[in-house]
Amino acid sequence: MVQETVHPLSKYLREAMIPHIWCTGCGNGVILNCFVQAVDELEMDLDKLVVVSGIGCIGRAAGYTNADSFHTTHGRSLAFATGAKLANPELNVVVISGDGDLFAIGGNHFIHAARRNIGVKVICANNFNYGMTGGQQGPTTPLEASTTTTPYGNIEHPFNLVHLAAASGATYVARWTTLHVRRLTQSIKRMLQKEGFCFIEVISPCPEIFGRRNKMRTGLEMMDWFKRASVVENFSDPSKAEISTEKLIVGEFVNTEKVSYEKFLHEKISQINEKRVGW
Amino acid sequence: MKTVVKQEMLALNGDEAVAYAAKQPDVDVVAAYPVTPQTIIVEKFSEYVANGEVETEFVCTESEHSAMTACLTASVTGARTFTATSAPGLALMHEMLFVTSGCRAPVVMAVANRALSAPLNIHCDHSDTMAERDSGWIQLYAENAQEAYDLIIQGFKIAESQEVLLPVMVGLDGFTLTHTLENVQVLSDEVVRKFVGSHQIPKVVTHEGKIVPFKLDPDNPMSMGPIALPNYYFEFKRQQEEAMRNALKRISQVNEEFEVISGRRYGNGLLELYQVEDADVAIVCLGSTTGTVRTVVDELREEGVKAGVLKIRAFRPLPVEGIVEALKKVKAVAVMDRSMSFGGGGGAVFHEVRHALYDLTPHPNVVNYIYGLGGRDTSPTQIRQIFEDLQRMIQAKRVGELVRYVGLRG
Ligand SMILES: Cc1ncc(C[n+]2csc(CCOP(=O)(O)OP(=O)(O)O)c2C)c(N)n1
Ligand code: SF4
Ligand SMILES: [Mg+2]
Repeated sequence: MVQETVHPLSKYLREAMIPHIWCTGCGNGVILNCFVQAVDELEMDLDKLVVVSGIGCIGRAAGYTNADSFHTTHGRSLAFATGAKLANPELNVVVISGDGDLFAIGGNHFIHAARRNIGVKVICANNFNYGMTGGQQGPTTPLEASTTTTPYGNIEHPFNLVHLAAASGATYVARWTTLHVRRLTQSIKRMLQKEGFCFIEVISPCPEIFGRRNKMRTGLEMMDWFKRASVVENFSDPSKAEISTEKLIVGEFVNTEKVSYEKFLHEKISQINEKRVGW
Repeated sequence: MKTVVKQEMLALNGDEAVAYAAKQPDVDVVAAYPVTPQTIIVEKFSEYVANGEVETEFVCTESEHSAMTACLTASVTGARTFTATSAPGLALMHEMLFVTSGCRAPVVMAVANRALSAPLNIHCDHSDTMAERDSGWIQLYAENAQEAYDLIIQGFKIAESQEVLLPVMVGLDGFTLTHTLENVQVLSDEVVRKFVGSHQIPKVVTHEGKIVPFKLDPDNPMSMGPIALPNYYFEFKRQQEEAMRNALKRISQVNEEFEVISGRRYGNGLLELYQVEDADVAIVCLGSTTGTVRTVVDELREEGVKAGVLKIRAFRPLPVEGIVEALKKVKAVAVMDRSMSFGGGGGAVFHEVRHALYDLTPHPNVVNYIYGLGGRDTSPTQIRQIFEDLQRMIQAKRVGELVRYVGLRG
């Protein structure tokens, strides 16, 4: 009799949703893989895990993960996640979304979620463009990069996401590329065990749309760039965390402790309720 | 038409046709955010900008709310302004749509009609624009890529008319029109530029009694969108309604003027009647479905059935008198709605058409067909069934179910 072999991580995926929509050479699969690997290694309770994503190629991650998930509207993943976390602080709420979703249309939610230190964990697949809608310029598109809306090169300065996250108050900030599979997995594990607002940027190849227009036609060529240019500089100054053709500074930049918003909130509520009893 | 100029035939999809139209009348500012199935419009347009074919300032904003805000503010400085969006983007613009019409900024926008979330869907229906029908924007709907091209050009002329000064949205069915290649006749840039004319800005009297152009201008500073409390707000709104009424006439005029240069005419600009004049049974619809209905009408006419179709081209302002005139002799009418008005007992088009016919005695029997939500296909066979329903209604002298659903499972 042939024994049916089951992939050890398949319980974390909704197999009915597979095959996935991602292109050959796309980095989104690596990110999802690292995430479920981390969940597995931490033996996390799937009933307490909520995965939220916005709209975009990477946004499909919420649908593929076999946890409670919400595929939200474009830009609002953090607002949805905030609601879930506040209503039930016991839940591990993870946002997996894109650079466009989190930093263009949803940029305001990001800085405020980080500022108030809500205990939501964010993984951002930064592919330097809006992949899903066909590769337009977005807030992380490097200067001079070609996109469908900047055919002669981008003239807008991009965000440095680790700098932005650190400056906004995130208690954990890291950047990896999809080449750094093991480090990324370890990083996700560390983040999942922390209390406050945490952020990991994953530089991810989008060969079909972004790479093709920028002299990196395949996923492999994009990974070559990551390999050639990545320099691990743990706990270096986030404001100097460069992303360029020559240099991709990766590593853990921030790892601090700060009381989370939900903790403050629920403490406040109990304090007020205690006083009330005395009335 | 003697004055019809030479035109070029291009193979364009609806989005490309819109982008082509928008590049012709010297648009000063385009601000947009990508969203399926509109994206091709702004991508094409950014190519025109990059190639130097237009001198437009093109701004990739970080959301549609900002896109509409940028268009509004550009427009009130006197710039000719264009944008494009689709369902979730239009919904996000909601706040600014009202500000734009309230400021009387003649922005022109293409909307690739698409279903609203949830559940998430990228295909065509009209729930996005129907939800904005009270936003103070003129709403025009295209039947095909050619009409989308023509409507954008006409849109600038209508919006900027002194007696109108209202923003215009042109709806084109997502994918069915936006992504389908058609032969489109295009006018030369020069002809379009001349047709639309330069952007005329009306003069207003300031509180100091000075007569100045109505725009943000450092030489004649003025404040746009200031607070108007119970003392004045109401009058502003009444004036917008007046402008809508003026638009009824203006849309018709522009339709005629456009025929002179292009040879193309769409009914009276507001409504297009096809075999309605002597019809017993008629369908009222808007957008690309009209094409399907026309085909079925042709077949039925061959079989001796007096069927017709009334296409609503202008949903805002709604040509009430024209609708009454067109349908007064028809015995049974089916109004097609590609969106729901939950709990309202039928769709928006149904409500309004039926309301228009209230004063007619006797009035035709009017029923509603909700169809094609989330991009579900509506076939000629289904349209034929609707006409058959209408015929049965006449025979049985009984209306029956008022709101019906086409091609719905279960
Ligand atoms: C309000 C709104 N505007 C626009 C869109 C269209 N849209 C869908 S995904 C997307 C960009 C996604 O980019 P990103 O978040 O970077 O994800 P990626 O596809 O690159 O993984 C856009 C603009 C939308 N769905 N909703
Ligand atoms: S378009 Fe880019 S981001 Fe989207 S699935 Fe393809 S490679 Fe991945
Ligand atoms: Mg992206």
